[in-house]
Amino acid sequence: MDETYDVRKEIYQRIRSNDYQVIVLGTGLTECILSGLLSVDGQKVLHIDRNDYYGAESASLNLTQLYKKFKDTEPPSELGRDRDYAIDLIPKFILASGELTKILVHTDVTRYLEFKQIAGSYVLRDRTVSKVPSTESEAVRSSLMGLFEKRRARNFFLFIQNYKDEDPSTHNGLNLDNDSMQTVYNKYGLEAGTQDFIGHAMALYLDDSYKQKPARETYERILLYTSSMARYGKSPYIYPLYGLGELPQAFARLSAIYGGTYMLDKPIDEIVTDSDGKFAGVRSGDETVKAKKVIGDPSYFMDVKGESRVKEIGKVVRAICLLKHPIPNTDNSDSAQLIIPQNQVGRKNDIYIAAVSSSHNVCAKDVYVAIVSTVVETSAPEAELLAAYKLLGPIHDKFVSVNPIYEPTTSGDQDNIFISRSFDATSHFETVVDDVKDIWKRVTAKELVLEKKTEPEINENN
Amino acid sequence: MSETQKPVQVKLVLLGEAAVGKSSVVLRFVQNDFQEYKEPTIGAAFLTQKCRLEDKVIKFEIWDTAGQERFRSLAPMYYRNALSAVVVYDITSSSSFDKAKSWVKELQRQASPNVIIALVGNKLDLVDGSHEEDEEGDDATATPTAGQEQSRAISRDEAQAYAEESNLLFFETSAKTGEGVVEVFTEIAKKIPLEQIVNSTKSRAQDQSQQNNVNLNSNQNQSKQVGDNCAC
Repeated sequence: MDETYDVRKEIYQRIRSNDYQVIVLGTGLTECILSGLLSVDGQKVLHIDRNDYYGAESASLNLTQLYKKFKDTEPPSELGRDRDYAIDLIPKFILASGELTKILVHTDVTRYLEFKQIAGSYVLRDRTVSKVPSTESEAVRSSLMGLFEKRRARNFFLFIQNYKDEDPSTHNGLNLDNDSMQTVYNKYGLEAGTQDFIGHAMALYLDDSYKQKPARETYERILLYTSSMARYGKSPYIYPLYGLGELPQAFARLSAIYGGTYMLDKPIDEIVTDSDGKFAGVRSGDETVKAKKVIGDPSYFMDVKGESRVKEIGKVVRAICLLKHPIPNTDNSDSAQLIIPQNQVGRKNDIYIAAVSSSHNVCAKDVYVAIVSTVVETSAPEAELLAAYKLLGPIHDKFVSVNPIYEPTTSGDQDNIFISRSFDATSHFETVVDDVKDIWKRVTAKELVLEKKTEPEINENN
Repeated sequence: MSETQKPVQVKLVLLGEAAVGKSSVVLRFVQNDFQEYKEPTIGAAFLTQKCRLEDKVIKFEIWDTAGQERFRSLAPMYYRNALSAVVVYDITSSSSFDKAKSWVKELQRQASPNVIIALVGNKLDLVDGSHEEDEEGDDATATPTAGQEQSRAISRDEAQAYAEESNLLFFETSAKTGEGVVEVFTEIAKKIPLEQIVNSTKSRAQDQSQQNNVNLNSNQNQSKQVGDNCAC
């Protein structure tokens, strides 16, 4: 008998005998982190993707895949070799002191990845691109604020830095849980432009609704930003070599090493439920695999027994722009984040530009990849990006998509169907990790505790 | 200079059809001094082994497939920066030899152009007239034909000819008896262009664009990790 046959038979037997506890659908980052954590936790996981590549919406594509997906053509040969490209579909960076970094370190998947700093963070103010200061001396020299405003801002940051919950003398009469952020700004007499800078370039809010909410969250976001900035020095962000698509692959490998089974290129035709409406299994062709629970991205739950299990809560427009030069006015940085705060261009939501280049092994030499994105506000989404296009200089080629953002309509506690959220418009992965933790808790009925678990490494010198 | 004494890290990937003994070959190589060897459990798919070569030390960082090859689900990450590959087949199975050839093609497509590939025909013990049990330490997908003597399906000459024409190193091994296993790795080690790696690491460290590398596993705050990659 052919051995491959026997191996498959064994796995299919396992499938038929309902040996899997969790089926995971889609290999996006959220799903892969959960798959990895569940496998490490000892659960038997079957992980399926309808595509023949890892990453789903968070994949990085080579040139052929990119041109096929967006233009249905072959890539032009002048862009160079296919294999040199890994173009992210979602524009996000990793906050150096953020929650994703913690998961990467605690699961030890860092051994599969190499990271680099994003070289700089920039913000548009009064039609000028300015660097977000990364050191005190940069802050002193920065043209972002006038002299007196710098003094007021310094007092504000000293308050943030010294604030201790247990020491009322550091509170300066403010209560972070009751007073709004606007109240805090007013207390320090900060100008509107400085508020924009703090709320959008540091606390990374997409709109201004935070100002009317208790100041606590903004306070925490500023701390996260400054501690991320302090970690490596140039910007608060790090980025994996070869693109963000490496992240789901790394967690998938973690899952596989702990016994997870992977099947790519496997279409899912039906989410099967029992007579009580509880999850029973998934059907692909005439094959049904049973399990107790299912986790997956929204695209797999558009039709569960004739009903969609997700709802659209908004749209994000993204334009992947290939440039032959660094973004103008960013000090020739090989990578950058550029934030266009909504107030600066008469919008409700910020526009982000995320740029990486060949020094991150994501494109050929002398090519720069800038992804422009924002939350859609009008019926002409691409026109909303024009203010950002103007900052990019000549755009060599452009791939635009409008992406609905879905969230689940049910929590899974009734039917064991656990659905992740779409990737949102934020510039980092903090909300992705929030989703991971939330789903973990619903699936396992326990909090996610990140204990360092290392693969047994057999390491022998001779 | 201390650079020649510091082990040079070399990523080695294992490929081959399931149940040809990929894990066994590597575990035979790596476990040398291990007193109590346990079955390879899930979780053990990242092995390192140093290999001394005259005045240099190579540290093989060996990546097992972790079963991801089974449904064509091996991630591109697996091939990334692999300087060497061991493609294993079972000399009693012609389908495993065909599969090995397709893995070689896949490597030529996905891995770096200079990857050093060793073709390894395993289970030599099965055709040596020995009636021993099948190798222990095979992966979870145990060979269905355990304990039976097999007839050779792929002659040494045929495999050798293919290896020469494809520019591969070629060996026949028995992970069970250990025959030929160490040679696979020492011959690969000899072919690794060490000077080139050491030099390119140096020039990488000097290269402006490499200076933003960071090491997440470091506890040092506020320090730049110039040219120092993840502590794998």
